[in-house]
Amino acid sequence: MEVARVENVTRSFKLGDVETHALRGVSLAIQDGEFTALVGPSGSGKTTLLQIIGCLDQPTSGRVYVGGSEVTRLGRDQRADLRRDKIGYVFQFFALIPTLTAYENIEMPLLLNNTPAGPRAARVKELLDTVGLASRGGHRPDQLSGGEQQRVAIARALAKRPAFILADEPTANLDTTNGQQVMDLMTRLNREGGVTFIFATHDPRVIGYARRVVTLRDGALVSDAAAGG
Amino acid sequence: MLQIIKMAWRDLGRNRRRSFFSALALGLGVSLLLLMAAVVEDEIRTGMATSIRLQSGHLQVRASSYDEDKASLAWSDLLEDPGGIAARLAALPQVSAASPRLYASGILALGDSSISVRVMGVDPAAATSAPFRESVVSGAMVGPEDREGVVIGQGLATRYSLATGDRLTVMVNTSNGDVDQQAFIVRGIYSTKTPAFDDVTVLMPLAKAQAITGAGNRASLVLIMLKDRDQADAVAAAIQGSGIRTHTWQSLNRLLTDTESLAQGFMIFLYLIILGITATVVVNTLVMAVFERTREIGILSALGMRRRQVMALFFAESALLALGGIAIGVVLGVLFVALFSAVGVPVRPGLNGVLIGERLRATLTLRDTLTLSVLALIVTLISALYPARMAARMEPVEALRGGKQA
Repeated sequence: MEVARVENVTRSFKLGDVETHALRGVSLAIQDGEFTALVGPSGSGKTTLLQIIGCLDQPTSGRVYVGGSEVTRLGRDQRADLRRDKIGYVFQFFALIPTLTAYENIEMPLLLNNTPAGPRAARVKELLDTVGLASRGGHRPDQLSGGEQQRVAIARALAKRPAFILADEPTANLDTTNGQQVMDLMTRLNREGGVTFIFATHDPRVIGYARRVVTLRDGALVSDAAAGG
Repeated sequence: MLQIIKMAWRDLGRNRRRSFFSALALGLGVSLLLLMAAVVEDEIRTGMATSIRLQSGHLQVRASSYDEDKASLAWSDLLEDPGGIAARLAALPQVSAASPRLYASGILALGDSSISVRVMGVDPAAATSAPFRESVVSGAMVGPEDREGVVIGQGLATRYSLATGDRLTVMVNTSNGDVDQQAFIVRGIYSTKTPAFDDVTVLMPLAKAQAITGAGNRASLVLIMLKDRDQADAVAAAIQGSGIRTHTWQSLNRLLTDTESLAQGFMIFLYLIILGITATVVVNTLVMAVFERTREIGILSALGMRRRQVMALFFAESALLALGGIAIGVVLGVLFVALFSAVGVPVRPGLNGVLIGERLRATLTLRDTLTLSVLALIVTLISALYPARMAARMEPVEALRGGKQA
């Protein structure tokens, strides 16, 4: 089943008089259960493509579909609802809310979609277990290591059981061991839980985990191939 | 919603000093305004109480044609058989005291100087004259049958170096339009601590005043004190007769009641100016917070927070700041008012005809406190609209990027 699709998407930015083209007509479909790497050098358009699939940004032209709805026709609040209900994000910087504990960060998406208190508490506990932080729920982000913060971010992305999770350079700010732990966690969630992941990276060790590798260069898709994973 | 308030509270806690000073700015504004409101309130209250006690009473019965400003003495403008009227009124269950008074404009002749005064003929023994009897500071009150004694106010005595036993000449207008004069002896000096009254009022027995003005047994009015001043309208309605008119303490003190409503309108205007200034401090704090937390706003909107929820977060912060500021303001305001009242600020009367005391004091009312608190909250919330909209309008991707660069 298809969870997201972009059709002939372009995205250009104007910086003063100079127009830069971050994406030049990219088409791509993501199927349920995929573990896909978006690769390419810096400035190739990986992040922009993730943001467009993730309904964080709108394309200059082309169409975007998420879970059957055409995103390009939706209003701001409807896009916010789509992000809330269907899409999980993991960012390069760990992107936790610093005033909230690990527990409360994971709980946030569930509060936003009005999950009742009982199931909400059960879900947060289950997720803390899943990412191996059962004893760290009461800690604020500044009391956690980078690897732990990224695992909390993954748990938060998983909380509302999204159709897919977008991860932008999820290991870029982690050391090798923590990076490996995060990738192992993502792989396990994909294999055992069927969670769909699309992640941008230029780290060859991370690319090695992918089962599909989509390569971008200068805003265009140059290859799309199955990989070992 | 609870989570939003919790987040707002913790956000304020991130920069405690800044949050505290923002709340303090509002608090200082609120406390200052509370003090001002309390001073105005106290002046109007004590002004009214003093006027009722010394001058207007709760009710006055007068001849329909009597003109207070002219202190008219024509027989047709005066009340006939005032003693009888007073006795009948005093028998009413709501009335605590009633007695006649006669007013005449006069001049004190002292050597070369002549001083314009108001001669007030009162029944020295009546309950309505108690405030004068009790405020005699030297000598004694005149007796009802005294034919050459007067009691003068402290201000007058001090300014013209008069003492008990001194002689002076009083000239008064009379009922037939002439002027009569007679020598009097100062029997006593009174001080009601109300310069606007004490400086101009000469007291003499009613009978003597009637005699010197040629008013016969007539009086300007019968002054009535009630057990409960809220009954004034009811009692006034019950006193009807041909050629007479009843005035309540509200209509007799029109200047004060008008001043009060004017003051209240002016205070609201002042509230808005001061609160507007303090609100800019809160706005400044929130605008800084929006800039500092751009990335977080991006994260929250990536998680699916709607624009209204982002706005609610900043509104919650401003509401918490406002509540903190109001709490500080009320505490400081109560302290300022207590201090101000304990010390008092000396003043000279400025408003003609309004009886204010020698010192300004302050009375804080619940009504003023609530009005000001609610207004402070509303003004702060309205000003928070700008930073809240600024936060809510950010495109998520821009917000996330802003955070990366920061």
